[in-house]
Amino acid sequence: MIHLLKKEIRSFLSSLIAIIVIVVFLLAIGLFMWIFPDSNVLDFGYSNMDMLFNMAPWVFIFLISAITMRSFSEEKRMGTYESLVTKPIGAAQIIIAKYLAGLVLVLFSILPTLIYFYTIYQLGSPIGNLDIGATIGSYFGLLFLGSCYVAIGLFSSSITENQIISFIVSMFLCYFCFSAFEQISKLSALAPIDFLLEWIGINYHYQSISRGVLDTRDVIYFLSFTVLFLGLTFKMTEKSK
Amino acid sequence: MSIDVIGLSKEYSEQKAVDNISFAIKQGEIVGFLGPNGAGKSTTMKMLTCFVLPTSGKAQICGFDTQVSPLEVKRSIGYLPEHNPLYLDMYVKEYLNFVAGIYGLKGEVSKIIKTIIGNTGLSPEQNKKIGALSKGYRQRVGLAQAMIHNPRVLILDEPTSGLDPNQINDIRKLITDFGKDRTVLLSTHIMQEVEAMCDRVIIINKGKIVADDATVNLQKRFKASLILHVEFKNEVLKQQLKEIPGVEMVTENGRNRWKLAATKGTDLREIVFKFAVETNNVILQQNEEEQRLEEIFQHLTKD
Repeated sequence: MIHLLKKEIRSFLSSLIAIIVIVVFLLAIGLFMWIFPDSNVLDFGYSNMDMLFNMAPWVFIFLISAITMRSFSEEKRMGTYESLVTKPIGAAQIIIAKYLAGLVLVLFSILPTLIYFYTIYQLGSPIGNLDIGATIGSYFGLLFLGSCYVAIGLFSSSITENQIISFIVSMFLCYFCFSAFEQISKLSALAPIDFLLEWIGINYHYQSISRGVLDTRDVIYFLSFTVLFLGLTFKMTEKSK
Repeated sequence: MSIDVIGLSKEYSEQKAVDNISFAIKQGEIVGFLGPNGAGKSTTMKMLTCFVLPTSGKAQICGFDTQVSPLEVKRSIGYLPEHNPLYLDMYVKEYLNFVAGIYGLKGEVSKIIKTIIGNTGLSPEQNKKIGALSKGYRQRVGLAQAMIHNPRVLILDEPTSGLDPNQINDIRKLITDFGKDRTVLLSTHIMQEVEAMCDRVIIINKGKIVADDATVNLQKRFKASLILHVEFKNEVLKQQLKEIPGVEMVTENGRNRWKLAATKGTDLREIVFKFAVETNNVILQQNEEEQRLEEIFQHLTKD
């Protein structure tokens, strides 16, 4: 298991994927937060990190889809998947190793933004005038969100040998689960079940957790969401037998 | 039994890839799995290695059922899949380390890796990336990963395809050395390979076993129509030879040298000798052409 995880992380590092993902994420978020006149914190005047937490789910849709698109597609196309599953390990272990590797990458792209946190903390007037509880909650929310996206990405990768298809499917599913449920719930025809629809979407729980309240219901939601997609991935690998 | 296959079948939506095959392989046998492309060799091997589930029937490796206890099966086998898939961006040692880790090899892993690198002749290339290796060396890496945990059963899917003759010889030697006291099942569509390495051949065509016998027996069994090469001292006319009863075809093979094909079931040696005596001729040389497995194979897998 640990060997599988090491191999996955190493493959991110050796193909520069890890570096590029982290750099692009920080660059994109950095531009919005500090440079672009319409959105930077300095002109905005309030010391909060909403920009990061509002932008990150959208940037992650691209980046996480990109890092997970090859996980199964590539292995199946190259045939290395066959050589891997005929070793004495279960498909579940392979999936979990790939999931954890993706999560580690997400974690390492989020970590450097603690510098942003420190900066805004210092820029606050008075110093430290920042809702720390909400920020911590938002960081957890972002991590849970990343976990859901990684699970979706792995599932998309397991349904096809084509990386491009996997990438597009993953982006769509991420977008759909994150935001589309909420949008659909606004349709007047669906008014009777609007709350349920909104509740299914990730954004509802993401917003809820970023208020700084670690509600167990949200945590359970995120975990079940992840497990659901990892389970579907497992089903796909079983199906190909 | 090392490998026990009972009524194994695999159906893909419309096609029967493997159709109710059964065989058993004893410990220590090197068995060639022979058949034209698409005969079901790879599918059978994939079922033996738990990569593909059979539609019906069952397979056992070292007494473990592939569907009941796949982990034990996978632990007992070393498997080289078709096309030898490898992680091209990994270094040779790194990859073997990874495989050793997955097999959960305990003790001095670096020593084990050193031994297998030595045994497979990878030493000169051991510090390279797998992607930078030639096909022959990649094949060695593929074999190294299959043998690293010293499995009791080795399953190799076309281990020598695409290699040059020297590389083929090296790989064959490796496999025969390994197979001295362990079981090897290897698939191929090259006859010489089977003749060179295997004690036993299983020929499969369109998902069915068409022959399963010791390599020697198989060669004997199909000796029915034989070819005789004769060299006479004095000149003989083609017409004369044609008139000998039992001779079906005559071709000239140089001065006074003839190739005679017998009708099925006749032994020409005696007849030709008598003919020589009758015509006051002397036979300088006479020998039977051994029928190659190649022809047996073509005969068996003909439509």
